[in-house]
Amino acid sequence: MLKVRYSDYEALRAHGEETYPHECCGALLGTVGPDGNQVEQTVRAGNTRSDRAHDRYNIAPEELIKIQRQARKLGLDIVGFYHSHPDCPAQWSKTDFEEAHWVGCSYVITRIDLGKAVVTNSFLLTGTGEDDKQFVDEAIEIKTN
Amino acid sequence: MNIHIPTPLRAYTGGQQTVNVAGSTAAEALKKLTETYPELQQHLYSAEGKLRSFVNVYLNDDDIRYLPQKEATPVSEDDELTIIPSIAGGCSIH
Repeated sequence: MLKVRYSDYEALRAHGEETYPHECCGALLGTVGPDGNQVEQTVRAGNTRSDRAHDRYNIAPEELIKIQRQARKLGLDIVGFYHSHPDCPAQWSKTDFEEAHWVGCSYVITRIDLGKAVVTNSFLLTGTGEDDKQFVDEAIEIKTN
Repeated sequence: MNIHIPTPLRAYTGGQQTVNVAGSTAAEALKKLTETYPELQQHLYSAEGKLRSFVNVYLNDDDIRYLPQKEATPVSEDDELTIIPSIAGGCSIH
């Protein structure tokens, strides 16, 4: 289960509305608990895929390193990532799967229809590596405080 | 020097997020890392021994792939290596 505060949940959905019709992306900082990843902070990132930002996203490694440093300073880990699917289902795509390498992390996807966030789903990347990785549907618990 | 380990690979470093190793080049430091934690080898390198395409290794703020001496770049104790898998995707299947 992915635990996230309402304000963070709304923030990642709002990011997708702002970048529509392009995909947004960002990281989830938090802790890994016995019953799942707990988000303490969302961090917006730039989408470097300006060539086809409507259906692709990529976070520059340089930015990822800055985010990882930020997490370390806060005593947190990168526990997941989020991105939007403009006018596409909030389900992982073949591309999402092929490009997913952070085993143990939550991949949150929000469907944006005509600029409005609709459905948000989370998928936990499980396995030990490239050979046996898989996305597993993950419930999102939204905390109100 | 310190090598920072990303969340998904900490299962193979006993949970450590930073590992201190000795080495005079980036390659030596990485070799020391995989010697200490052999399970990391397959996650960082292909069967041919090349760094996997989705694994980025940065020496301080520079991608070692683009440094003139690449992995043979000399390093000092104060330098930091960061291993960071790529993050990408998108809704299109094409």
